[in-house]
Amino acid sequence: MSKLTHLQKLEAESIHIIREVAATASNPVMLYSIGKDSAVMLHLARKAFYPAKLPFPLLHVDTQWKFKEMIKFRDEIVKEYDLDLLVHINSDGANDNVGPFSHGATAHTDIMKTAALRQALDKYAFGAAFGGARRDEEKARAKERIFSFRTKDHRWDPKNQRPELWNIFNSRVQKGESIRVFPLSNWTELDIWQYIYEENIPVVPLYFAKERPVVERDGNIIMVDDERFIFEKGEKATLQKVRFRTLGCYPLTGAVKSDAASISDIISEMLVSNSSERQGRVIDQDEGASMEMKKQEGYF
Amino acid sequence: MTYISKITKNTERNADHNFESYIKDQNSKSLLRFITCGSVDDGKSTLIGRMLYDSKLIFKDQLSSLKAESKKHGTQNGKIDFALLVDGLAAEREQGITIDVAYRFFATEKRKFIVADTPGHEEYTRNMATGASTAGLAIILIDARKGVLKQTKRHSFITDLLGIKNILVAVNKMDLVNYDEKTYEQIKEDYLSFAADLGTENISFIPLSALKGDNMISLSKAMPWYEGSPLLEFLETVEIEGDKSQNPFRFPVQLVNRPHLNFRGFSGTIASGSIKVGDEIITLPSGRISKIKSIITWQKTEKEAFADQAVTLTLEDEIDISRGDIIAKRNERPEITDQFQAHVIWMHDKPLLKGRTYLFKSCNKSVNGAVTEISCKVNVNNMQHEPAKILELNEVGIVNISLHELIAFDRYGVNKTTGSFIITDKITNDTVGCGMINFGLRRAANIHVQDLSIDDDARAKQKSQQACVLWLTGLSASGKSTIANLLEKKLFALGKHSYLLDGDNIRHGLNRDLGFTDQDRAENIRRTGETAKLMTKAGLIVVASFISPFRAERQMLKELIGDKYIEIFIDTPLEVCEKRDPKGLYKKARRGEIQNFTGLDSPYEVPLSPSLIIDGAHLSPEESASKIIDFLEKNNLI
Repeated sequence: MSKLTHLQKLEAESIHIIREVAATASNPVMLYSIGKDSAVMLHLARKAFYPAKLPFPLLHVDTQWKFKEMIKFRDEIVKEYDLDLLVHINSDGANDNVGPFSHGATAHTDIMKTAALRQALDKYAFGAAFGGARRDEEKARAKERIFSFRTKDHRWDPKNQRPELWNIFNSRVQKGESIRVFPLSNWTELDIWQYIYEENIPVVPLYFAKERPVVERDGNIIMVDDERFIFEKGEKATLQKVRFRTLGCYPLTGAVKSDAASISDIISEMLVSNSSERQGRVIDQDEGASMEMKKQEGYF
Repeated sequence: MTYISKITKNTERNADHNFESYIKDQNSKSLLRFITCGSVDDGKSTLIGRMLYDSKLIFKDQLSSLKAESKKHGTQNGKIDFALLVDGLAAEREQGITIDVAYRFFATEKRKFIVADTPGHEEYTRNMATGASTAGLAIILIDARKGVLKQTKRHSFITDLLGIKNILVAVNKMDLVNYDEKTYEQIKEDYLSFAADLGTENISFIPLSALKGDNMISLSKAMPWYEGSPLLEFLETVEIEGDKSQNPFRFPVQLVNRPHLNFRGFSGTIASGSIKVGDEIITLPSGRISKIKSIITWQKTEKEAFADQAVTLTLEDEIDISRGDIIAKRNERPEITDQFQAHVIWMHDKPLLKGRTYLFKSCNKSVNGAVTEISCKVNVNNMQHEPAKILELNEVGIVNISLHELIAFDRYGVNKTTGSFIITDKITNDTVGCGMINFGLRRAANIHVQDLSIDDDARAKQKSQQACVLWLTGLSASGKSTIANLLEKKLFALGKHSYLLDGDNIRHGLNRDLGFTDQDRAENIRRTGETAKLMTKAGLIVVASFISPFRAERQMLKELIGDKYIEIFIDTPLEVCEKRDPKGLYKKARRGEIQNFTGLDSPYEVPLSPSLIIDGAHLSPEESASKIIDFLEKNNLI
């Protein structure tokens, strides 16, 4: 028992990171996206401060196009765990009725997600914001620090990152500057699922296969989650047994055909899967460096 | 049932035995973090890309985008360029170089791996140090055509500096030297000859071709002469860390957890060792002592916790502990200092300046301090020490550092967590350097007993004598002080080094706050005893003349001073003393002007087994002193 397993080491490392932010950063916040990574991050944070409550609020940037079930899950979790949740919506974008159907994926994400996040961070003057990103997700993230410095206008400079040695983190910033902190940096997708199973962590039911109304469009399976869905010519919703490997705005999130109705099914399915989880994200399928560009602009 | 508890059913444990046994296997996997060092020319990214590819960790969609990019930026004439999998930043892919540390993840049946992929050029020394700081093993790539180069030595030196004990030298591109055994053996010999100067404990060699896949996953038919394991098997089986839980317990306090008045916990990650409920602990540098009351993880308590676990400890006593203190076991303490010598790697464009105040962060504690001396810089290419006034970007130096506060530490070689620190610029907040503590330059006297290198006996021998305390006890006016004075004169005449502690004189200075109650008399003797003991440590013969009426105090002196305590009873009857009464004290006491006067209203407890008895009623002071000298000579004390 004296030597920790892989998962126990990852857990301890993440708790260390979360505590370090609470101890040193001014006005921290945890970005809560409702997905499985956020679920794990929240669970680790509750462990880190037990028996005390979380010493910081959660922030959800609501693009108003999230799956209905995500919002329900979010509100139930907040109630169940007695959490302090802030919800931010880009009201300018909302007034202009910005959405993925009318404005396209890129503009919608820029306005309702990236700009909205910047607005919220400025509004509350957070000195540090936790995010659930992992290094195995994407090449640009593989190079990002755990404590990632952002300028006053939230930009990331990949060529000028602070060296990060051992487990000593530098969370010092000047007024207006901030840091993004990624406690799950060294976790892989499989680690996340294994941990959810080990710890019996609740996740949004959309991750489990069920018959859902979907249309197939440009190789993606898109769920018809509400009446705002705009069908193209000849399209019709059909019921198919699908699940989601990643969650976001429903018109921009592709489902996978699956029978995986339990966590053991998901883990078994992952082991034979031959596509990465971001494939279902419509926003990532352009230039190879797109994530890096988005990050430089202040995307998380 | 709430919505949450209902959906939590989805993630509940599964009855499927196959799945449970799979999860068990997954959970028993260990973790190996390693770093790869080499330039892009050495095929480093190709090596990592090949490992990911061959262990089937590249997804179909990643593969199709890799194929597209290989055509666009690739260097393999349209064939798959594995390097493109690894080089994540746009500038890196365009220029074909690796700028920053990238972390890669893969797993095999036996182990999970985290690879720190770092650039090899000299201008990226700081990035390499960053990757090496958390690694347990380093793969050093050598191009078989080029052999051991300047950069090979630099990479080996930096991994050694950061304390990596296991090195794997991967002699790559063997296909380009016709898989020649002699070439490989020559490189091996060259490497071992220069690596003899390093502290690396385990050095292994594998000849391979990352591009062609030779000796990567399985042994290559092209090199039948190679008798070791292929790369992946080596990585799966190499033993890396000793059990950190066997080392002394170190717990840097990260956070004080105080949700309400009835709970006060200290949260942090155990740097080394293990701890049990009930263990006696000390906090450093403050030096407070308590016992472990409970070890809390999550909604439950543990009896014991081990290295690398993140826990919350509560203590039996309410003692003041804050973030940055280190909790250790009482009998296994780290050192305490505010000045130490360290190796420093400078990581910023603006050079390190001697005397400038920086912020030093170690074990959750940030302290102001400055480099007081740059002893030298170490040339990273040949490990030669060179004189230096400043340290520039990517330079390594040996420096003395002085902090404004005490810190608890261990040498980096013993404990990486309690021996490492980062340096932050106080104005820009940039991380400008990092360091590894070699040793403390000054011990803090308030915590540890000074370890003197010259021992007591040596001091006494230098004076041709044996140190001792001649403790003269007896009634007031028994003749103690007169005898003591004469005795010291005789010792002086004999060339002996002595010092006289007289009751009256001590009471005018050191003990002027004490009166004549029993309590104060006891304290008077205790302090005098401690003073006498220090003087014997200086090698002196101490002559002490005190009434010291109580047996308990004289017993205390005996225990305090040990063998060196020689009790001499000046046995002069009360009537004789009262008749002499040179200071008129007995008269005053009889009139009631002095309270607690020994022999009258306060008892004198006659010594039961003194070393020597002097008959003060019949011997003159001169005869008494001579008798004491005889006694000393007879017992070989002078």
